[in-house]
Amino acid sequence: MYEGVVQGLIDELGRLPGVGPKSAQRIAFHILAADPDDVHRLATALTEVKEKIRFCTVCGNVAEAEQCQICRDPRRDPAIVCVVEESKDVVAIERTREFRGRYHVLGGAISPIEGIGPDELRVKELMTRIADGTITELIIATDPNLEGEATATYLARLVQPMGLRVTRLASGLPVGGDLEYADEVTLGRAFEGRRQLDV
Amino acid sequence: MYVAHLSLVDFRSYPQVELPLDPGVTTFVGPNGQGKTNLVEAIGYLATLGSHRVAQDAPLVRVDAERAIVRASISATDQTARPSLVEVEITPGKANRARLNRSPVNRAREILGVVRTVLFAPEDLSLVKGDPGERRRYLDELLVARAPRYAGVRSDYERVLKQRNALLKSAGTAARSTRGSGGPDLQTLDIWDAHLARAGAELLAARLELVDAIRPLVAKAYQSVAGSEASPAPADARLDYKSSMGPDVTLTPDREHLADALTQAMSELRRDEIDRGVSLVGPHRDDLVLSLGPLPARGYASQGESWSLALALRLASFDLLRSLGSDPVLVLDDVFAELDTSRRERLAELVGTAEQVLVTAAVADDVPERLDGARIDVLGNDLRRVA
Ligand SMILES: Nc1ncnc2c1ncn2[C@@H]1O[C@H](COP(=O)(O)OP(=O)(O)O)[C@@H](O)[C@H]1O
Ligand SMILES: [Mg+2]
Ligand SMILES: [Zn+2]
Repeated sequence: MYEGVVQGLIDELGRLPGVGPKSAQRIAFHILAADPDDVHRLATALTEVKEKIRFCTVCGNVAEAEQCQICRDPRRDPAIVCVVEESKDVVAIERTREFRGRYHVLGGAISPIEGIGPDELRVKELMTRIADGTITELIIATDPNLEGEATATYLARLVQPMGLRVTRLASGLPVGGDLEYADEVTLGRAFEGRRQLDV
Repeated sequence: MYVAHLSLVDFRSYPQVELPLDPGVTTFVGPNGQGKTNLVEAIGYLATLGSHRVAQDAPLVRVDAERAIVRASISATDQTARPSLVEVEITPGKANRARLNRSPVNRAREILGVVRTVLFAPEDLSLVKGDPGERRRYLDELLVARAPRYAGVRSDYERVLKQRNALLKSAGTAARSTRGSGGPDLQTLDIWDAHLARAGAELLAARLELVDAIRPLVAKAYQSVAGSEASPAPADARLDYKSSMGPDVTLTPDREHLADALTQAMSELRRDEIDRGVSLVGPHRDDLVLSLGPLPARGYASQGESWSLALALRLASFDLLRSLGSDPVLVLDDVFAELDTSRRERLAELVGTAEQVLVTAAVADDVPERLDGARIDVLGNDLRRVA
């Protein structure tokens, strides 16, 4: 254990994803030794992101205004909505330039181990969006792993009575992985070859 | 195949070892606690990504060290296996990292199948006398050694099971606390049922196929091990797969039929499953029932019969894997001390032809003469080639 503030910093860093106690200690001592200006820039970046960034009230993507850039862009087709787990998946799909519709960010996938069920995800918001009839196709682009598949099946069953087309990205994505790690070409092809989901 | 060279860093008691090995028999001799099993355990780890002694990885890493490295070069005297270099880095609490021919692989389990072993150990008696889990592990390890893709099937199944159990547990808690109002969160249980049925059927079908394949091999091996002048006609050894779905379900390796049967069984048990917060049907609750003649082995077989049956199961593994084209490495860890003279001789006779046999023994005299070969004395971290 280190003295109060140093240990406090190590503890905070250790709560970040992917940072174990050893790394937390290393980063903390790096910060202690760093130039004060550098540390200030980091601190400002951290506070600013919390103050300025919020989540789009329509789709749940990160946004600097009430709505994200994609939801505000009139050229994007409001009839096709691609459902993803996280904002970072939006970035991955945007890189492919294959998709001209809009998104819906769930905020994760169904995972009872982590206590995440449909109520913990932005499912109700999705149902509200569908209710007004604009959306004709839902592309479910959750991760190609067990939890992503379970979420896809759940959504497909849920929206089936509402009469819209529900598709899933084509296989070919590395199974068990994260959508964000798929390269652009593979992801682009997966969009083109999307298939109707059986429920 | 044979292990031509074994290197260890911080594995068990060994800070560092470089051990060249030859085809044929090598016997490691030394007093107890000197590190004989540690050596063969390392080779077993490359074959199964697990230890035959412990379920967790932490004890495999030398005290005071952060990670262990096991590396082996594999050859074949008859070119049935391509020479390869496999390496796995074990860091407790983290995913193992592995390399094949110096290139990192995405997942450690991609190296499965490069090294194949059949390991006999004193713990094998629990294949006959122990809980069903011991026999499930026997089947699943053999399944993976035969067709490595089943490592993925198995881990998918375990993942589904964990998720489903977590949901059942929270549904049970909710049901008890709300007492009817609102009710438990079951909107996603059907989906986990479907996943469990699909993954479970895949694993179950593979096990059924495997049991069919080893049934005659076990029966034959049992006759060879147990037959002696004193009792010329040993009972027939029999294997029956017992499903948690009960005796009414026909057990044929038809994946679709098995998935339907699992789904059906889950829907019948739903209440119980929610009450108890665990999944009550599926390959994780099955057993492989071993019998000798009309009697189940567990609870009825004598100590000697139990040993013969345990050896027969391992010998059947060896026969099955051998039929794939290349001999697995045969490891006999401290088993001769457990056996009477006649079983020792028979075992030695049956394994003597394997391409590579690695034997450990505290007393060299326990090892039958026909297993003569190289000898390495093990005294702490000092390995000395004697012959
Ligand atoms: N993680 C570890 N770190 C250091 N020593 C270990 C570790 N695990 C086991 N050992 C030591 O290894 C010895 C057991 O080695 P083992 O190979 O089982 O002996 P044997 O020669 O009887 O087969 C014990 O003395 C034990 O203390
Ligand atoms: Mg030992
Ligand atoms: Zn938006």
